[in-house]
Amino acid sequence: MSLVTVQLGQCGNQIGREVFNAICSDVHGTHGLCSKKENESYHDACKERFFIEAESGVPVARAVLVDMEPKVISQTLSIAAKSGYWKYDDHSHFCQKQGSGNNWANGYTVHGPRHKEAIMNLVQKEAEKCDRLGGFFTIMSMAGGTGSGLGAFVTQCLRDAFPSSFILNHVIWPYGTGESSDALLVHENDVIHKICAQLMHMKQISFKDVNQVIAHQLGSVFQPTYTAEDGIHYSRNPLGDLMETLVPHPEFKMLGLRNIPQMPENSLAYSTFSWPGLIKHLRQMLIANAKMEEGIDWQVQPPRPGSSVPSSHSTNKLLHFNTSIANLVILRGKDTHSADLGSFRDPSLYTSWLNPQDAFSAWKTPRAFNKYEKSASLVSNSQFLLKPLDNVVRKAWNMFASKAYVHQYTKYGIEEEDFLDSFTALEQVISSYTIL
Amino acid sequence: MTQSVVVQVGQCGNQVGCRFWDLALREHAAVNKKGIYDEALSSFFRNVDTRSAGDGPGIYKGKICSLKARALLIDMEEGVVNEILQGPLRDVFDSKQLITDVSGSGNNWAVGHKVYGCQYQENIVEKLRKTAEHCDCLQCFFVIHSMGGGTGSGLGTFVLNLLEDEFPEVYRFVTAVYPSGEDDVITSPYNSVLAMKELNEHADCVLPIENESLFDIVNKIHQMMNSGKLGSTVKPNSLVTSSAGITKAVQEKPFDAMNNIVANLLLNLTSSARFEGSLNMDLNEISMNLVPFPRLHYLVSSLTPLYTLADVNVPSRRLDQMFSDAFSRDHQLIQADPKHSLYLACALLVRGNVQVSDLRRNIERLKPSLHFVSWNQEGWKTGLCSVPPVGHSHSLLALANNTCVKPTFMELRDRFMRLYKKKAHLHHYLQVDGMEQSCFSEAVLSLSDLIEEYNELDATKGGPRADPSRLKIAV
Repeated sequence: MSLVTVQLGQCGNQIGREVFNAICSDVHGTHGLCSKKENESYHDACKERFFIEAESGVPVARAVLVDMEPKVISQTLSIAAKSGYWKYDDHSHFCQKQGSGNNWANGYTVHGPRHKEAIMNLVQKEAEKCDRLGGFFTIMSMAGGTGSGLGAFVTQCLRDAFPSSFILNHVIWPYGTGESSDALLVHENDVIHKICAQLMHMKQISFKDVNQVIAHQLGSVFQPTYTAEDGIHYSRNPLGDLMETLVPHPEFKMLGLRNIPQMPENSLAYSTFSWPGLIKHLRQMLIANAKMEEGIDWQVQPPRPGSSVPSSHSTNKLLHFNTSIANLVILRGKDTHSADLGSFRDPSLYTSWLNPQDAFSAWKTPRAFNKYEKSASLVSNSQFLLKPLDNVVRKAWNMFASKAYVHQYTKYGIEEEDFLDSFTALEQVISSYTIL
Repeated sequence: MTQSVVVQVGQCGNQVGCRFWDLALREHAAVNKKGIYDEALSSFFRNVDTRSAGDGPGIYKGKICSLKARALLIDMEEGVVNEILQGPLRDVFDSKQLITDVSGSGNNWAVGHKVYGCQYQENIVEKLRKTAEHCDCLQCFFVIHSMGGGTGSGLGTFVLNLLEDEFPEVYRFVTAVYPSGEDDVITSPYNSVLAMKELNEHADCVLPIENESLFDIVNKIHQMMNSGKLGSTVKPNSLVTSSAGITKAVQEKPFDAMNNIVANLLLNLTSSARFEGSLNMDLNEISMNLVPFPRLHYLVSSLTPLYTLADVNVPSRRLDQMFSDAFSRDHQLIQADPKHSLYLACALLVRGNVQVSDLRRNIERLKPSLHFVSWNQEGWKTGLCSVPPVGHSHSLLALANNTCVKPTFMELRDRFMRLYKKKAHLHHYLQVDGMEQSCFSEAVLSLSDLIEEYNELDATKGGPRADPSRLKIAV
């Protein structure tokens, strides 16, 4: 099954390009540390999922690029083509001349309706090129005007046009939730920046570096894996599987992503990892809500059954222990069959809604990813994002209470009512995740 | 890519504008080695085939034939514009882009606004339409004029009104030069306050500049150059005041150095819209992020560095120094100290080889010493453009929406009241058709209201007493 990627705005397009780069370099550059047959299977699955074979032999990414101003798209197209390994379809982009001015209302109420037909036509074309459409992966930032405003509008259009397809919105913080999407996968710039600084030891971090880390993390999730225990074929429905395992209820669809290990490329050759070590770290990162593998708080432990109810019901105190609704761990590399994930099945990690066996899933592949001999990723539907979301809503509310910038939105037809509706929706999400 | 049109009005406006065009050509020449008419150039220039008779249709791609500035030059005296047309920039301007008269406005806002406004309205509108038609996607008008004179301030603000009526969707950025205390024009307070009312109501963004500040900066540079304190030599064309443009002026005129600073300001402001970068900041984004309340659209600007040493290596320290300087009182283009007043929002436009980590590090470093309004504690808008200005490896333009403009406006009001109380020179204005005393009282009221809004913010630090309580959800 194939995924169609929709890249929106400057951020969406810059990240999208890095994601395809990471996927391509993983497939071409690395050996994979597994059998040739395995490698070929992986290669084929990946190709089908993300690319179309063109006559020239250069794979063409299954993507639609959208932006309201032309500079980034033209840069993205040319950088991709220069790599020689892959490129974008020359016609699969849409842009205008003037941006959205960092105004969600401009993106949503003006650009959205105006360009709906043109954009959806491009999406339709890409969807038709897929033998089987696995779903849509949209990438956007939430801070700008095009990514967030037009992004929200396009997501709704996708939902209307493809009611039974899966839609995963990948968003770069700070705001927003989506009603039309099936799940939201969130990355925070601050967190990625720290990863670059501390783990990758980068002195001067550029957006390209940040985007490459994000791309690596995304690649680690979406490159082919076996979902069933007796994996014979690579999973054909990654998005569907993801949604099924992680999003039991539409009100809870915020997903966080963690990936270990992350280190500078030249240290890779000198490092060895063991599965028990990696799994232990990843589990503690989940429990203690750590953003990366350094500085984890090992004191935090899940509540023992029978102990007094923790202060999880006070809506103002944010917890130390991160309760999960569902988790997915993806292991790639040598000896994955020997990796023991029992610790992730501990019922005390989860809310009581799902059966413990349903709350946790594991996907594996012996094929190593992106030169890491062993790597583990965690996609989690938990309270990971509660604090950041709460912070963002608090700041926004302060601004709204002072009536700051409101005139910039009302001139595009967004009323104070609409603001209040959004705030209410977000407070609902915060409340729901808090009382887990 | 979008286009912008520059409207330069009056002596000051045209002199500054002239410097802008000169430096813009130099900047594009340094980047555009192949002589191809590209999108960056098209933001401010048309490419015209002058061999064909008449207007010459625009050529949209391919080699550069003849570049014409997207500009309108307006002056009610001929001297300044004539000089431009006889100088080395004469080919950059179309004869159809000029509107001149002979006798000038006599330093009288009323003459500029009411008399000439009326007289030339149709002509101006027609020429504006023509210029707009040559644009694929017109985003912004840059209006440049002084506040103290008659033409710039009076006719300039009249044109501002026209722009709002004829092109309501296009942004209006005004670069206004405010008179200093010892201005030689006695009626400059009247002219300035009358013009302020128009700016309050019809401009999207105003960048106030004070001659005094420009003068101080020029002096500072001269001192540095002459004191020999600098170890290495200063690259001459890196001076923010240098005229080393297409015109090789042997003898610089007195205001040239000061005008170059303002020209550089405009170049840096528009750099992200013209060139590529990892974090673009378009002009509409500047307005969106820096103007939380419609009337408070006055942005204090500062440019760093003022010069570049000939050393090729730029250690972090120097980069950090650039950021610190942007917030120091001596680098501001008006007499103000933003560090000791309240910020509503701040924008940093960085050009050159600077990474997002440098930007973040410096913002973190400087944040504690700056006071931001409570609801906008992280009110930083940043832009990264990869093309540096000529002669520099990197540069920074800081735009601050800050209550430190208040003293400037209060002084202006004081000087106005000193004259107005005695009704000094009033008759020169009142004898103009359409001028009444109420024009004066309304204007000073508008200014007072503005000052009051800034006062309000200062008093409450911009926020309600306590954190407003959030919406409660029934569990």
